[in-house]
Amino acid sequence: MKRKTNLMTWVDERLPVSSFIKNHLTQYYAPKNFNFLYFFGALAIVLFALQILTGIFLTMHYKPDALYAFASVEYIMRDVSFGWVIRYMHSTGASLFFVVIYMHMFRAIIYGSYKQPRELLWIFGVLMFLLLMAEAFFGYLLPWGQMSYWGALVIVNLFATVPFIGPDLAEWVRGDYLVSDATLNRFFAFHVIALPLALAGLIFLHLAALHSVGSNNPDGIEIKQTKDKKTGIPLDGIPFHPYYTVKDLIGLTVFLIVFTAIIFFMPEVGGYFLEHNNFVPANPLVTPAHIAPVWYFTPFYSILRAVPPIFNSQFPGVAAMGAAVLILFILPWLDKSKVKSIRYKGTLYKKWLAAFVLSFLILGYLGTVPSNIWGQIPSFIPLLGGLDLATFVARIFTIIYFAFFVLMPFYSKKDKTKPVPKRVTS
Amino acid sequence: MKKNFLIIVIFIFPFFIWNTSHAEDGSFHLDNAKIDLDNQQSLQRGARNFINYCLNCHSANYMRYNRLQDIGLSEDEINKNLLFTADKSGELMNISMDSDEAKKWFGANPPNLTVTARSRGKDWIYTYLRTFYIDESRELGWNNLVYPNAAMPHVLWELQGIQVYENNELSLFKAGVLSEQEYDQFVLDTTNYMVFMAEPAKLVRHKIGYFVLGFLVILLILVINLKREFWKDIK
Repeated sequence: MKRKTNLMTWVDERLPVSSFIKNHLTQYYAPKNFNFLYFFGALAIVLFALQILTGIFLTMHYKPDALYAFASVEYIMRDVSFGWVIRYMHSTGASLFFVVIYMHMFRAIIYGSYKQPRELLWIFGVLMFLLLMAEAFFGYLLPWGQMSYWGALVIVNLFATVPFIGPDLAEWVRGDYLVSDATLNRFFAFHVIALPLALAGLIFLHLAALHSVGSNNPDGIEIKQTKDKKTGIPLDGIPFHPYYTVKDLIGLTVFLIVFTAIIFFMPEVGGYFLEHNNFVPANPLVTPAHIAPVWYFTPFYSILRAVPPIFNSQFPGVAAMGAAVLILFILPWLDKSKVKSIRYKGTLYKKWLAAFVLSFLILGYLGTVPSNIWGQIPSFIPLLGGLDLATFVARIFTIIYFAFFVLMPFYSKKDKTKPVPKRVTS
Repeated sequence: MKKNFLIIVIFIFPFFIWNTSHAEDGSFHLDNAKIDLDNQQSLQRGARNFINYCLNCHSANYMRYNRLQDIGLSEDEINKNLLFTADKSGELMNISMDSDEAKKWFGANPPNLTVTARSRGKDWIYTYLRTFYIDESRELGWNNLVYPNAAMPHVLWELQGIQVYENNELSLFKAGVLSEQEYDQFVLDTTNYMVFMAEPAKLVRHKIGYFVLGFLVILLILVINLKREFWKDIK
């Protein structure tokens, strides 16, 4: 008997490393027709790793204490060697994480990647999106600037609108009667350990589900249905490694060019990534004239502001904002179309999608500006007179946002689809 | 490819339209402060102005004196000329005025100025320091166009002179030690210094950025060719 002495065999007998690499990289077959929209999943993983890595170094110097938090961030910015690079990587990474995730979700929506058999994959994704929003929100309090403070105050007060238990709930979240040191400490705990841990677990589940069902593609064709009779390998599939690892390197490098250009040349991005007012230390006695959330929350913030109070309660707005995210969970069951990809869907669906994307962008813009930005509707117009024009526009686009989902079972069924080819197109 | 390019443009575009003004209400037109962070002499003059005139009521205590080495001053020069409120150059730029007392005297505690250039913006500081005018109705006799009813009196009046505000126009009522041009330069140097103080890394980050981007562009060419080589056989 020939004795195999190499290290890999020794390891494989104890831990299935080689078979893992085979199953998930060298013999994991991905459709060969991915376009640039398929970079964003890989980029999200890279960003997650970068946020963890830079976060570790930031926690070495940051002090989660209302008295020292602001000063410790400035200490990182000037006295820690290359602390400013680490901090800008983290702050820019946070914003770009949302750019990447929004593109990743957009990709899933247009190519029908949420449809059967990928419903669980999609649900894990939406769950991660929710956690990512919470992670960003908790993290934003930590610099303890004016926007950190007042932004957190506004968001925590949303809990206070819940009927009956609201005020107690808000106090429970804050750990105090107002946003204070206690709030900062618990947000720090959530930001650096609770949520990253939960996210890591969900990333694992997301990938496990993906590798079990296989990747979708821009044609929305299941490549596993046409396999080579001899080898059992999908005819339109190529091994993830090396083909997609080298291709993703291009996406990653382009991404890094954008990322580093922001870090070194415009880290504040005109006040969108780092708000100007957040360079003023938190002051509970001075309310800023205009409190705006960071850009990635603004579409949902617009929906919150657009819904008018009912019976003097702001809760309907809060509920609408929550529903705007939660409705994503049932997307797989709203879409009744026979085809997955936009390439084979009819014009009716395309029009609805365009309206949805437009409403998301306009709501996003409106969330960054005060609601009186376009003035008021003249008072001689019945019903609407005196209302802020921007609020009126936000209401219309809020309706369109929800209509895209709520009416989907009807228009996706009625939509005239095109025949789907058997094999992927290039 | 054309379609992909269009999508990229649409997706990147929002990042390049932003409002660069820091003004809180935007009610007053701000003059453009043409500062130059590469001009070490201007930065050094600004540091001198800041320490002599501002750092009595305003602290800047996220900043250490020895950071001034970044703008070309030696530790010895800092120790000899600029340490009025500290014993060692490694100390923070503190002041000796008590903040509770200050609040009693001025009605508001003079804010820490370390990062004000990032919250207010350079143009705001540059215009603010040049638009003080005499106003009998105010407790300390001064008012300001950029920041109406500011608690701060015109500390630099001896340099600028006394301005009056009539018919929506500022005019010099009594000349100061400096001419108008000299005073503008004085304020510009101070603004320049405050921009540096708000973010010392600004002096180096562009230079490092070019190297990083250069490296990444070369890497991009390599990975594009690597991908082409691997994908040759995929049809």
